[in-house]
Amino acid sequence: MDTNQYMEMFLEESREHLQSLNDCLLELEHNPEDAAVLNEIFRSAHTIKGMSATMGFTEIAELTHEMENVLDLLRKEQLKADEDIVDTIFKCVDMLEQMIENVAGGENVKVDVSTLVNKLNAIANGDFAPKTATVSSSDSAASLASDLEQTKNNKNDIKLNTTDIAVINSAHISGLQAVHITVTLAESCLLKSARAYMVMNALDEVGEVVKSIPPTDDLEHEKFEHSFDVVFLTGMEAKKIENILLSISEIETVTTEIITVDSSATIDSADKGLAAVPVAKPVVKTVEKEIEKKVAGPSSNNGAHDKKLKSGQSVRVDIDKLDSLMNLVGELVINKTRLEQIGNTHRITELVETIEQMDRVTTDLQSVVMKVRMVPVGQVFNRFPRMVRDLAKELNKEINLTIEGEETELDRTVIDEIGDPLVHLIRNSLDHGIEHPEDRQAKGKSKVGEVGLVARHEGNNVIIMVTDDGKGINPTVIKNKAAEKGLITQEDADAMDDGEAVRLVFLAGFSTADVVTDVSGRGVGMDVVRSKIEALGGLIDVETKIDEGSIFKIKLPLTLAIIQALLVKVQEEIYAIPLGSIDSTINITPDDIKTVQNKEVILLRGQIIPIVRLDNVLNVPQTQEKSGDDLFVVVVHMGERKSGIIVDNLIGQQEIVIKTLGKLLAGLKVISGATVLGNGQVALILDVGTLMQ
Amino acid sequence: MGKMEKTDSVNQEIQMVAFKLKREEYGVSILNVQEIKRLTDITRVPFTPDFFKGVMNLRGSVLPVIDLKKRLGLPAGDYSEDTRIIIVKVEEISIGMIVDAVTEVLTIGIDHIDAPKTVSDSSDSKENGKFISGVGNLNNRLVIMLNLNEIVGLTGDSK
Repeated sequence: MDTNQYMEMFLEESREHLQSLNDCLLELEHNPEDAAVLNEIFRSAHTIKGMSATMGFTEIAELTHEMENVLDLLRKEQLKADEDIVDTIFKCVDMLEQMIENVAGGENVKVDVSTLVNKLNAIANGDFAPKTATVSSSDSAASLASDLEQTKNNKNDIKLNTTDIAVINSAHISGLQAVHITVTLAESCLLKSARAYMVMNALDEVGEVVKSIPPTDDLEHEKFEHSFDVVFLTGMEAKKIENILLSISEIETVTTEIITVDSSATIDSADKGLAAVPVAKPVVKTVEKEIEKKVAGPSSNNGAHDKKLKSGQSVRVDIDKLDSLMNLVGELVINKTRLEQIGNTHRITELVETIEQMDRVTTDLQSVVMKVRMVPVGQVFNRFPRMVRDLAKELNKEINLTIEGEETELDRTVIDEIGDPLVHLIRNSLDHGIEHPEDRQAKGKSKVGEVGLVARHEGNNVIIMVTDDGKGINPTVIKNKAAEKGLITQEDADAMDDGEAVRLVFLAGFSTADVVTDVSGRGVGMDVVRSKIEALGGLIDVETKIDEGSIFKIKLPLTLAIIQALLVKVQEEIYAIPLGSIDSTINITPDDIKTVQNKEVILLRGQIIPIVRLDNVLNVPQTQEKSGDDLFVVVVHMGERKSGIIVDNLIGQQEIVIKTLGKLLAGLKVISGATVLGNGQVALILDVGTLMQ
Repeated sequence: MGKMEKTDSVNQEIQMVAFKLKREEYGVSILNVQEIKRLTDITRVPFTPDFFKGVMNLRGSVLPVIDLKKRLGLPAGDYSEDTRIIIVKVEEISIGMIVDAVTEVLTIGIDHIDAPKTVSDSSDSKENGKFISGVGNLNNRLVIMLNLNEIVGLTGDSK
């Protein structure tokens, strides 16, 4: 089978299941007894196993298979999920992640899974045998087990047969009946394994599959003719089951028969194995691998239901296609603006009305396309619980991570970029923020450090906060360090208030190492975090109180593709200034401009603001004499700093579609991009950050 | 034999878009040419070299435009009715070049093209020699063929 076309799907889904494994394992660590979580873990592992076997990645399949063995024991409460076991499974998940990324990278790296496999085997075998004995003796089917031991000598088989029958028996007690179903597929059916899978899925929804013949592995590999048999526990009428299964396409016939397992005759027939079993008879053959299909306990149904809710109806779309859709919508918006101008100039009522209609449609279209590109920030957040767990262990700290607002949506481009800065901030909080448990207790705090990750909407922005209740940042230490490094003068340092001082951590060249604690970050300074966030059009700020903790607050625009901007005119040239960085616009006369140390400044509400003459900075050719005394000043801000930009005229606020200037002009200072105006003219977008420097 | 030679030269012909800068005729391979536009609004971009004219709007995307005469170190001149922007694409980079007039599409046999060495020696500026990949001779009509990679390689010059 050519599997290439399924590769993308395989990778995507494997990653999803690995993520779910990580999440569930963390959950399991807290609630080792939670059956629903265990079932979820089991299902994810099982799906990965099935998919990788189909795709021919035998090592992944092998490892997941061994994982399943251990998980199954956990699920049957024959093992307890202690730290050692959870750690081992975590290691398996890491290994799987590595293997799947190898597959994604097209690398054919041979990964040695034997160590982990052995470990899993040790867990499975070491604890399994003695505990089973106690389980089966206390089981209601104990008498049956001893019966079986007489008829069969292979201990392994008897043991598992017992479990099967015990399951059926206990199901009887809880009012469920065991049904033997024979499904025959149409002769013409091509994807037999897929149909078999659909049958199994359909059955899983209305009851429990105890066993299938041939075993599920063989079903998945199409190792069967046109029919297969299933032993099934359900409270549903047999007729209804038949109808459900017949509704699956390419299913030819379905026959059902109710099984009773009281007589030893049944057991005899079980021993005869697959070939000898008459179709209508109950089948209880033992194959070790099949345990996985027996979903123990009623909680499994809840789990299956949850999963269905999650998937919903969706289509996977290549992000490039979305980008080009976005571009096309952008062009539509440009042309619409152009039509509006024509309509206004020529005053054709009918045209203006039509344009208004079109305006509504394009606005809707634009917002829909934007929404399509929106991804919940949870996609980034979901990797942090695991990271925090590992890091906390490494640092010997106790940490409780709370995540809020993971459903908050952000543009895909922002999501892709925000991960690294957040990793850095969270590592910082753990490294430098949260104290060791003893220190915390000495300070009268709870032993467990609280780290929070919060996302929420705020107007047209998304706020992401990383909070901790650690020791906070000491402004005096920061000031001294900055002065020592020559980043600021001692006078500056003395004049600074605490807020400003703490913000020094964002300065380039300010290493956090050996300032706040002895543990350093990963070599990326906070200035890198800041520049990354500012490159995304966002802002970062910090609030802190000694011994109470710190809050790092990131403010990000919802999207990067279309922004509101103020268009300004300098001589004959038009520039766009992003509205997000504009404070206000004011009118001044040349007399209002003062000089401080040869630098031009203005006073705005008692605040001294340096000014920038745009025509000088951009070397705009002089084509006309300045008329009148009035000067227009656009007051912009970047972080806490403000600056006034002197322009000749203000044109107005407009929605602009950001276009890049292309490779040739990459790295251009002061200009961050371009946009096409309604009249088809290109206007450049000013980068306020560099303009202020 | 004569026949054979003819088919050989047919196989080794290249098609060029020929255009004028002042009175000289230049050419670029037709495979690099995306389209030819009339002069439109061009927005000046600050902090760029002199020959860099600015950016233009090409159906919604922003495209850099250079003044080819300035790029080649020729004296600048005014634009006219015949002035055109030739949009070329070299290694995934699209760029507009302002030329005085586009004349025609020419087919030149490889054997009618002289190596650039002979031209760059006679050229007064050594620097400008790198822009020329050869000179085509079509019945005494000389077409200077441009090396687009060098012309587009702006990044090195702008700094």
